[in-house]
Amino acid sequence: MNIIEARHLIKRFGPFTAVDDVSFAVAAGEFFALLGPNGAGKTTTIRMIYGFSPLSAGELAIFGLDIGADWRRIRSRLGVCQQENTLDPDLTVAQNLLIYSRYFEMKPAVARGRAEELLEFFALTGRRGAKVMELSGGLAKRLQLARALMAEPELLILDEPTTGLDPQSRHQVWDRLLALKKRGLTVVLTTHYMDEAEHLCDRLVIMDHGRIIAEGRPRELITRHAAESVIEIEGPGEELKGYIREHQVEHDDLGERIIIYAEPRGELERQIRERFCVASCRFRAGNLEDVFLRLTGRGLRE
Amino acid sequence: MNRVRLADISLRFRHIWFRNLITYHRIWKVNFLVPLLEPAFYIMAFGLGFSGLIGGVSYAGLQLDYTRFMAPALVATACMWNAFFETTYTSFVRMYYQKTFDGILATPVCVEEIIVAEIVWAASKAMAAVAVMLVVLIPLGYANFPGALLCIPLAFVGGLAFASIGMFFTGIIPTIDMFNLPIFLFITPMFLFSGTFFPVSGIPAWAGIFSLLFPLYHLVELTRFLCIGAMESRPLLNLGYLLLFTLVFGYLALGSMKRKLIK
Repeated sequence: MNIIEARHLIKRFGPFTAVDDVSFAVAAGEFFALLGPNGAGKTTTIRMIYGFSPLSAGELAIFGLDIGADWRRIRSRLGVCQQENTLDPDLTVAQNLLIYSRYFEMKPAVARGRAEELLEFFALTGRRGAKVMELSGGLAKRLQLARALMAEPELLILDEPTTGLDPQSRHQVWDRLLALKKRGLTVVLTTHYMDEAEHLCDRLVIMDHGRIIAEGRPRELITRHAAESVIEIEGPGEELKGYIREHQVEHDDLGERIIIYAEPRGELERQIRERFCVASCRFRAGNLEDVFLRLTGRGLRE
Repeated sequence: MNRVRLADISLRFRHIWFRNLITYHRIWKVNFLVPLLEPAFYIMAFGLGFSGLIGGVSYAGLQLDYTRFMAPALVATACMWNAFFETTYTSFVRMYYQKTFDGILATPVCVEEIIVAEIVWAASKAMAAVAVMLVVLIPLGYANFPGALLCIPLAFVGGLAFASIGMFFTGIIPTIDMFNLPIFLFITPMFLFSGTFFPVSGIPAWAGIFSLLFPLYHLVELTRFLCIGAMESRPLLNLGYLLLFTLVFGYLALGSMKRKLIK
């Protein structure tokens, strides 16, 4: 049985359709990501999953239960780490965990033990008595993650878990998430960091304008929509442009820069290296960012 | 789709009540100082300064000293301010600036339970304030002992009424500084014209009708009855009005807050 089964989800806010006919499924133990630019409908989708936003249309089952009718049973089995800091600033670090456990009706003794474990796991033990306002962004995010894990959820939902964090904090959060993944936790995450998705996820969907525009494993998506090998050439000459036209090379022409999608160590790559790479050329592996930009366009958005 | 679902309300709301108690407890000294000093200030101002201008007040067939007439109304207005402030400014901060409700809505608790918890909490806080006030008023002889102790549970009932309408305003105002509007247009006239500083029986009948609509009038009547044993209305009708007011505005508060929070 799938942990999440979403069929034809639609969410409208007045005349605006934020999520437009989205279907996907997440299996147990999977690490699944929703990728997309700001305003793509990722957060709205996630909010429907944890029963915060009612659906405008479609069907959504979590753990095989309907989100409309069984929201309470569903929510008692999942943990959510929201995008904004929703920690309680009036409470200390430890109190944040313990008060939260009450909403799940956990037994106080069990909750205390669990809080200790999580403080340890997220390296927060030394800050247990600190006020939330005194925590840095990275610490606050770790506490928010710890809080989401209090009731031993079967599904963890993360809405942009590393947005606004410095590189150290980001990697610390990733480490913790990978450790959780090893334990078999099912995780759904939204992000607009491609390296995050590539680093963590088994499978992902790319969303834009409320729709899913691509779905698959990170590697698959890269070979399908970009290429394993990418050559970036600054200030391309007419000769190169002619060569590209002639050989119908897969590429994006950005004016000052041309991006060529190639086979790794293939004939095309060799040709270009020898004939056109007198000025500045960059050879690198294709990544999700290429896929993302190819699919969602390079123009600035509002 | 955003309809209020009364059937979803369970006793889980008590956990949010408890959360508020923990935060209240952290600043309990400040929380107790205000209800302790406020009646003392009023009694001094009116007892020493004002009562020289007024001989006495005739109320319910009695000739009362002005401070003795006014003191029970202080109990009622303190109940009003405590409950109303809690579900307006304090709840708004929790909802809008601290995102506390958003955090709770990711747990097995629903909006309806959060709103019920906020209202019940505000009433509890009003009850605590009144209890502290009585510590000043009873020894000074402004409230009968032990009858006036019933003001404590009464403050819970009155607190529910003011908390409900406060919560309703929180659900409809767009920004926190807009609370000025319900305070100036509703709370201030209610504060002045509910038989607090002068008996309603002394003003023209047409104006008295407005007083009857104010929940504070009914609460003042009841606190006066409990504190000095005299009143000009019927206690069960006063109590009934407060409960009806709570039900109506409690329901409206659930609707307005649900529309505001759930998108």
